Amino acid sequence: MVIQAGKVSNTLKVETQNSKLRLAQLALVAVMAMSFMGADTDARFSKLGHQLMCMCGCNQILLECNHVGCAYSDRMRNELAAGLERGDSDSLVLQSFIQKYGNTVLAAPTNSGFNIVAWIMPFAVFLAASALAVWLVRMWKSRPVAQPITAPQLPADQLDALRRRAREETEF
Amino acid sequence: MPQIGSFTLLLALALAAYSFIAGVFALYRKNDRLIETARRAGIACWAAVTVAAIALVMATFGNDFSVAYIMHHSNRDLPTAYKFAALWSGQEGSLLLWAWLLSTYGLFMRLRYKVDPQLTAYASAIVAAVQVFFLLLINFAAHPFGLVKGTIPPDGNGLNPLLQYPEMVIHPPMLYLGYVGVTAPFAFALGALMMKYPGEKWIHITRRWTMVAWLFLTCGIFLGAHWAYEVLGWGGYWGWDPVENASLLPWLTMTAFLHSVMMQEKRGMLKMWNMWLIFTTFLLAIFGTFLTRSGVVSSVHAFAQSGIGTWFVWFIAICFATCVYVFVRNRETLRSEHRLDSLVSRESSFLFNNLVLLVSCFAVLWGTLFPVLSEWVTGSKVTVGPPFFNRVNVPIGLFLVLLTGVGPLLAWRQTSLDSLRRNFLVPTVLAVVAAIVLIVSGMRPWQDSSHFYSLMAIALSVFVVGTIAGEFWRGGRVIARQQHVSVLNGMVQITRRNTRRYGGYLVHMGVVLVIIGFAGLPFNQDKEQEMGFGDKMQIGHYTLVCQSYTQDDKPNYGSEWAVLDVYKIGKKIDTMYPERRFYKASEQTATIVANRSRLNEDLYLVYTGRNPDTGKPIIKAHVNPLVAWIWIGVHLVLVGTIIAMLPSTRPAKYAVSVKERDAAEAVKQGAVGVSGD
Repeated sequence: MVIQAGKVSNTLKVETQNSKLRLAQLALVAVMAMSFMGADTDARFSKLGHQLMCMCGCNQILLECNHVGCAYSDRMRNELAAGLERGDSDSLVLQSFIQKYGNTVLAAPTNSGFNIVAWIMPFAVFLAASALAVWLVRMWKSRPVAQPITAPQLPADQLDALRRRAREETEF
Repeated sequence: MPQIGSFTLLLALALAAYSFIAGVFALYRKNDRLIETARRAGIACWAAVTVAAIALVMATFGNDFSVAYIMHHSNRDLPTAYKFAALWSGQEGSLLLWAWLLSTYGLFMRLRYKVDPQLTAYASAIVAAVQVFFLLLINFAAHPFGLVKGTIPPDGNGLNPLLQYPEMVIHPPMLYLGYVGVTAPFAFALGALMMKYPGEKWIHITRRWTMVAWLFLTCGIFLGAHWAYEVLGWGGYWGWDPVENASLLPWLTMTAFLHSVMMQEKRGMLKMWNMWLIFTTFLLAIFGTFLTRSGVVSSVHAFAQSGIGTWFVWFIAICFATCVYVFVRNRETLRSEHRLDSLVSRESSFLFNNLVLLVSCFAVLWGTLFPVLSEWVTGSKVTVGPPFFNRVNVPIGLFLVLLTGVGPLLAWRQTSLDSLRRNFLVPTVLAVVAAIVLIVSGMRPWQDSSHFYSLMAIALSVFVVGTIAGEFWRGGRVIARQQHVSVLNGMVQITRRNTRRYGGYLVHMGVVLVIIGFAGLPFNQDKEQEMGFGDKMQIGHYTLVCQSYTQDDKPNYGSEWAVLDVYKIGKKIDTMYPERRFYKASEQTATIVANRSRLNEDLYLVYTGRNPDTGKPIIKAHVNPLVAWIWIGVHLVLVGTIIAMLPSTRPAKYAVSVKERDAAEAVKQGAVGVSGD
């Protein structure tokens, strides 16, 4: 019995140690989750804050506006932080800013409606220009080779004199 | 002074009009005497505009607040250097500066008319026409000598505080020298096309003038970037603002021209293209001026809105119509002389280089104007800011960096596979090694697109540095063997012998350093904190400790600043003084950034203000990696451009053995990559 009691006590001891370990693990996971969530919120704040413009008229990204006493940037930053604290999704946060400040609050055009033209056009021009370049290369390659003209042979000193004259006349 | 200024401006207009009309008539009638009077009228026009500019500066120094422009842009306590800057701080004064610079370019052109009298006569008439436009504008739409109505105030409103910084004394003139300088190559190109210029001499003249304009514009753009970084206090140097973009547009087309012009010089190709690149550059320079001054797009840099936008629209339309008319009429003189032999050749690399530069130019123009287009089509305005420009232009820029490395090593006409392998093996290995090192150091290109672009930028930059260093090394070694000197000496000699080619390589090297500076952007850190006595802030490797904060009062401004000790790994390394000023005359504030710049990173402190409740200063700290490389790179670009503009020295003649001669020939054919530029 003593032995059994000892076993029970050992088992209890091991279980207590295990539960302590589990608790510690749980606490660690909770701390890590909290810190990661914090890090995630910071990253989202930075990401979204760089997708928005300050509306004070400075034409600067919200998180880069540094005007002393700017009437907008502090308020807008607080609104952004509040939206993230509420657990709003990125699109919801951006939508609430658009509703309050209008389309110009977004630092870049959206991917919908007429705005998509803004994104497509540079790449369309790049493709068109590449096609044009390839066509030009083909056209130039297919151009007949010019035949050399047979010129009368001049003495070397005359040729040198002509070369010198050409060089002098074309120097600027 | 206002009377002298007003009179000389009218006189300048009359002289410019005479220079233009007499010049055109004389060219039509082939009257040499009349050509000469037109030339002299152009020179006299410079004298008249110079007197007007001096009159405005003297009125500023004399605190003549009866002149509205001086009342708005100067005050009694303004330091002397900034009284000069008042000349270009407003709409009217800056247009006068523009006109003066244009007349100065015209002066140099007309004094050097013997280089090619006929072509210079055409170019002189075209410059005079542009001058007439600007003088009309100054005389009738934006007069710098307009008088104050009613009582003359005892003091002026003062200069914008953001402009009261040493760089601002030279940034606008540099930028204007670039913008205005574009008129000279435009005039020569259009003149050459009008007169159906025989031969290629005009392209040499045009190229040299373009390099001058490019040098100034580059200098102006980066001075502006440096000013933004050191003065505006937001921790960045380029904000993709419409006015910044406007300066980039002609720079991109000029860069394209400076590359494609080699195709015309060496192979007689791309003649029409080059002509239109010059036309486009000029039109974009005028368009940029229109953007800055018309109020079409909103910008922090723009001048006050005014009605002069319509003048610019008409001027651009007339210039464009003239270009199209002359081109259609005389395009037969611009036929290509040669065919393209291979896709892997210097010619095709120039073609793609031009394509990428022009697409980049279009993307910037498109993004700048899209808000106007969107409002017109949908009735709703949108913002096109840095996220758009970065997403569109960064991939294009990376492709351009790749071409910077590849292009110069391809031979004209055709490049052999063996030559490709020989020239590119080492740089490619170096680039791959650089990428691996960066990934091992913690870059995660697969997780974040900005990390990917940064890694690509650095790896490609290493590739380009490898190719350029290889070029210098191979060229220097050939000279070293021939003349029994050191390789370094050989490199210097080969640069002097072919300034254009090796100066160009130095420009490329400078551009690569600038790109490396940009690559640090995704790793920027910033933090803002209120800092009382003894308070600490941790950012990056640095610990900032506030030692004190205080204030001062000077005639022109009052200021307050903080004294912050900087510690790194527990050791004090510096003391920094971020400051904020309040300018009395204009009643505006400005930040004076404290920046500790090192090759690896900048510690950049901004005094953003005081907490009204506690009275403690609020400090914003930035750690910006690699920024210093941007400014180093720009200096190298400028040095390279100046070298490329210098004439090459002729190589000394010496006896060589048959073996050495054959080796040198082999190098010319392929080992060095290409024949000289």
